Amino acid sequence: MLKNLCQKMFGRSLWVYHANSGGCNGCDIEVLNALTPYYDVERFGIKLVGSPRHADVMLCQGPAMRSTAQALKRAYDAMPAPKLVFAIGSCACGGGLWFDSYSVIGPVEKIIPVSYYIPGCPPRPEAIIYGVAVALGLVDKKTAPVAFKELELPIPQYHPGDLRGEGELVVYEKAEKV
Amino acid sequence: MSILSKLGETLVCLKAGRVTLPYPAEAKPLPEKFRGRPIFDATKCIGCAGCANNCPAREILVYDVCQEIRILKYLGRHCAYCGRCADVCPEKAITMSQEFENGTNQIGDIQQRLELFMSTCQRCGRCFKEPSVLEQLKMKGYRFDDLENERWIFRSQATLKGEPAVDDLKIELD
Ligand code: SF4
Ligand code: SF4
Ligand code: SF4
Repeated sequence: MLKNLCQKMFGRSLWVYHANSGGCNGCDIEVLNALTPYYDVERFGIKLVGSPRHADVMLCQGPAMRSTAQALKRAYDAMPAPKLVFAIGSCACGGGLWFDSYSVIGPVEKIIPVSYYIPGCPPRPEAIIYGVAVALGLVDKKTAPVAFKELELPIPQYHPGDLRGEGELVVYEKAEKV
Repeated sequence: MSILSKLGETLVCLKAGRVTLPYPAEAKPLPEKFRGRPIFDATKCIGCAGCANNCPAREILVYDVCQEIRILKYLGRHCAYCGRCADVCPEKAITMSQEFENGTNQIGDIQQRLELFMSTCQRCGRCFKEPSVLEQLKMKGYRFDDLENERWIFRSQATLKGEPAVDDLKIELD
């Protein structure tokens, strides 16, 4: 649904506003790198604007900090709908390495709703472009949660609750030899 | 005059050639030591929790749901891709992969969860992963087991059925 909305609303061009709410500047440099002639995202109609009022997309870097959370919220409110928020970097996605320090509130999604996440510290410019392409529905996301589960335990399960009998003779119900 | 200078500029531009990388069409090869997402190998991991201790972002959670099962969870939210977990892992169960295109609309997509079966030491009551150097500890007397019938006993009543996929944000707030 989000994808359809994106394609409909942002079909022609994305104007991005770049908000740093307390990152270390690493992600800013990567975002700016994506805008340089080397990666040249203006090929795809992505353009950096200086005011949230002109923007379709907010690129958030850095965690929500105590000192900047209000400003971030105001910038988000100033953006005209429909709006997307991209959390770029581990700080914006999860609060960063210092997610539990006194001045850090946490990931930006605690303050503003985030639509897409681009983890990395910092993410490569390619990763940022890839994330935007995922949002535009040009490519499919590559990640999926991985879970390894030991479906069959390597030992037979004998729960103490299955113990029957008293004294010398104690046997298991449902007993099976290995 | 101005036309001449513009022409000169054009010449300079033409001489510079093209620098734009054809990224979406064809990816630039990654540097050899590039560290992407850490990938956990459940068959090698012995559940020692060294990675969890060494992670500066406290990104790897290890908890025992019952005596025999240890859960190792990599959340991926604030991982700094520093590679310290891979450095410290004694079994080399973690590889820093070259995957970096991790853009997603659900943050849960990058998490990994291993459920490891642990044997129990009868002396100290702690768990250890069974196929390992500690294999020798599987001598009788080191396990809770049914010595008469030579069977192992699953001590706990806990089962994993119905356990919800733990929401990482909730864990973080704990
Ligand atoms: S994610 Fe890493 S590079 Fe980006 S702002 Fe945070 S600490 Fe800096
Ligand atoms: S790469 Fe670094 S931050 Fe990420 S899980 Fe490993 S030790 Fe933690
Ligand atoms: S991944 Fe390596 S360091 Fe982490 S618990 Fe498993 S064996 Fe230990």
